Amino acid sequence: MSFSKSMKKLAAGVVASSAIAYSGAVMAADTIKVGVLHSLSGTMAISESTLKDTVLMMIEEQNKKGGVMGKKLEPVVVDPASNWPLFAEKTRELITKEDVDVIFGCWTSVSRKSVLPVVEELNGLLFYPVQYEGEESSKNVFYTGAAPNQQAIPAVDYLINDLGVKRFVLAGTDYVYPRTTNKILEAYLKSKGVAEKDIMINYTPFGHSDWQSIVSDIKAFGSQGKKTAVVSTINGDANVPFYKELGNQGVSAEDIPVVAFSVGEEELSGIDTAPLVGHLAAWNYFQSVYNDTNEAFIDQWHSFTGDDKRVTNDPMEATYIGFNMWVKAVEKAKSTDTDKVADAMIGIQTPNLTGGMAVMNENHHLSKPVLIGEIQDDGQFAVVWETDGLVKGDAWSDFLPGSKDLISDWTAPIKCGNYNTKTKSCGGAAAK
Amino acid sequence: MGYSFSRMLAAIVLAIMASLSWADEVLQDTTASPQTIEAMADADVEEDIAGAPPSIQDILNQLASRSFDDKEAAIRQLAEQDSPRVVPLLNALMNRDLVHNREDDTISLGSKQDGQWLLLDPVSETEIGTVDSRAARPVVINNRLRTVINNQLALFALNSDDSEQRVQAAAQLIGNDDPDMLSALRLRRESEDNSRVIEQIDTALNIAALGSDELTARLNAIDTLSSNLHPEVKNRLNERLRLTESDAEKTALTKALRRIDSRIENFQTADTIFFGLSLGSVLLLAAIGLAITFGVMGVINMAHGELIMLGAYTTYVVQQLLPNSHEWSLLVAVPAAFLVSAFVGILIERFVIRFLYGRPLETLLATFGVSLILQQAVRVIFSPLNRTVITPDWMSGALQINPVFSLTYNRLYIIFFALAVFLGLLTLLKKTRLGLQVRAVSQNRTTARALGIRSERVNALTFGLGSGIAGIAGVALAQLTNVGPNLGQSYIIDSFMVVVFGGVGNLWGTLTAAFGLGIANKLLEPMAGAVLAKILVLIFIILFIQRKPRGLFPQRGRAAED
Repeated sequence: MSFSKSMKKLAAGVVASSAIAYSGAVMAADTIKVGVLHSLSGTMAISESTLKDTVLMMIEEQNKKGGVMGKKLEPVVVDPASNWPLFAEKTRELITKEDVDVIFGCWTSVSRKSVLPVVEELNGLLFYPVQYEGEESSKNVFYTGAAPNQQAIPAVDYLINDLGVKRFVLAGTDYVYPRTTNKILEAYLKSKGVAEKDIMINYTPFGHSDWQSIVSDIKAFGSQGKKTAVVSTINGDANVPFYKELGNQGVSAEDIPVVAFSVGEEELSGIDTAPLVGHLAAWNYFQSVYNDTNEAFIDQWHSFTGDDKRVTNDPMEATYIGFNMWVKAVEKAKSTDTDKVADAMIGIQTPNLTGGMAVMNENHHLSKPVLIGEIQDDGQFAVVWETDGLVKGDAWSDFLPGSKDLISDWTAPIKCGNYNTKTKSCGGAAAK
Repeated sequence: MGYSFSRMLAAIVLAIMASLSWADEVLQDTTASPQTIEAMADADVEEDIAGAPPSIQDILNQLASRSFDDKEAAIRQLAEQDSPRVVPLLNALMNRDLVHNREDDTISLGSKQDGQWLLLDPVSETEIGTVDSRAARPVVINNRLRTVINNQLALFALNSDDSEQRVQAAAQLIGNDDPDMLSALRLRRESEDNSRVIEQIDTALNIAALGSDELTARLNAIDTLSSNLHPEVKNRLNERLRLTESDAEKTALTKALRRIDSRIENFQTADTIFFGLSLGSVLLLAAIGLAITFGVMGVINMAHGELIMLGAYTTYVVQQLLPNSHEWSLLVAVPAAFLVSAFVGILIERFVIRFLYGRPLETLLATFGVSLILQQAVRVIFSPLNRTVITPDWMSGALQINPVFSLTYNRLYIIFFALAVFLGLLTLLKKTRLGLQVRAVSQNRTTARALGIRSERVNALTFGLGSGIAGIAGVALAQLTNVGPNLGQSYIIDSFMVVVFGGVGNLWGTLTAAFGLGIANKLLEPMAGAVLAKILVLIFIILFIQRKPRGLFPQRGRAAED
């Protein structure tokens, strides 16, 4: 009796689940599924939840315009919870179970590295919207954030040429992005004739909050008569106490400017910026850039979030560009097939938010302008310098011995992410 | 006779009137002259108008340029104008109150009102009108321009009535070689009577004298600067040492530099100790609540960090509720944070921990779960983004003792605050009835109950006390670090480290351990770097605990046995 009851239950369960699977299949035919892989809990939620909202906003707008190829877009949001192995699991779930056609996601380099083998194995498509250390190019990934030559190198050029800086403090959080970026910068500075003793390198743990000694060291390093600047790859939360300590110890931007690569409008919205006025940041976009496309984007963001105090930032612009490029590429390829879309992506142009056009290159990196902004007392940046034209993203740095002969080119005949121009072969020294 | 007198009178009156009107004319002439010249220049377009002095509005309009060189020229030109509006306008530029009106390409004073720009005439301050918020933008200045403006403002402030302003102005001009600035300093030196201002001016003038052509002047300057700690002094002396060819000057320079270096070294040691004390006070604050719950009660409370976080969020909420009184909202926040965290602590004790006394592993897991719940609750209520806690004015900045040694106010107050909390808690445990009961229950529960102490109630109150103190710690930490959902996690390990190292159940041990570890960390940091210093301290503690499992000050007697 009880056995047959449980059998009945089981059978009912099977029917119900197959019905769900069936309805899922029907849905899939009518819509194009877009995976959103950003942490909504844990330490990275502070930065990544904004990008989730951005993707949802873009999808909503695209659907209002009638979707893509006549099909509505359907977002599939998952929460990898700032847990790097979970990023890989969630990617597998998105591609195999949910059958998404494209994924927008990741923030930290660790999460991208953990997702990379999965998207390559399952031939998925990932758009990565954050500035990163370079030294990578995958057939399945499009990098819409800045490579080091689109952020770090121009910023250092500005310090040397416009501010006459002679001594450099390279301060960073202890993980892969700052370490690689600082290695590139150190090599670059030495090639510019900066002596070893004029470069101070300092690493701190994640979430470091006691900056007293380091700021005092920077002060001492900076009072040696030569103009000194800090190049900061300090990540996330640790910036707030760092800037507070700078302010309290009386280090003003006129004496020792700090140029940061991870501090944007979003990070500043957590601090009183009056003591920070004049410190710098290098990005490819600032909210304060004045043009119609950007104003429209900001208005759209405010009405989407229902909060007209919410700021926009560079990774949001990268998401915006990546999304629009993907839509264009799908329409050009007339398919959502990964290989066809990836081929169609190269050469695609869409407007960026700084008044120009973003171009996707054969190495899966963008060409974008580089802007330097000074922090203002309202938490915004005022642009004080920008590159004349677009800078093409370089997947493999020219300043590292292991990668200077490597290029990435995903067009025929090379079709390779790490092609060695000396040995004329794919899979060079720094291959993964 | 009468007739001739009246004629004479009339003549005199006429003469006086004539002379008056002549004087009037002269006066009018002098005041009107620039306008006349301008009018002439305007009238004769062919003539070069560069000779005419431009109006302040004309100079300001050059700030609409995108080039910072043009802007710098405009600022310098503005500073040369003989007008009471110069200083207010330079200040306005500094504070981003000068806006560029894109509609007619002019510069005016602007303030945001209801999403619109209210524009004022920069000279007369009369209202021009309002424009849309996107039609005007504040004039952008960069660091170089800020230095230029500050130097110009310092020149004006040098003759201010406020001696504090004069000190700052003179300090701003130290290291400046501009002859105009130096002559302004010399002029001020003659009439100055405030000793602090004189000190700054002398430093500035002596530094300038290092570049003099005469050897005696240079030697004198070196001699007076030989105990001066201003960083610019050291740089200029070093620079001079590279350039000089005179032996006498070389010896004087080396001697002066050696004196300065040894003084700097002394102050750096003092600095490191201060940093250590400050880190120690943070550790003490974070750990002291745990010293009660873990140390006295023996409960492993993994949600301790989240109770600190609740205190920090309470500070934020109090500031939101009292928007106009940031200066003293912290005074309200301290008791409020105590109550909030104590309340949550008592809830945790009543609903979770009570059932798990004597089962440390289950307590650890259950409270870890509570900590995750509290974190996610805060994420839901306040969003995952960090919240801004405003630092009151009396807590920002630093107590500048000399150019190389300063104590930041926030850290200084927190050291005192931590000690006050510690002493308060000690008194509570040693002098009050509740303290007596807490100690009795923690030493021997059964005997305490036999003596008529309601141990359940005491447990709840003790846990509430420890949690409330964690909340107070949160108020202080909100001034130093981010107020966000992850705040607690970054302090939980440190707290356990301090309590275990100091000896479980011993408040003095917690105090010693907190300051000992703080200072050790800061002594190691310059040598080993922040990452390695932390690792070294942890390794030391692991080794130490293996040797002395009960920490620095182990509890003796019966209580230690179970």
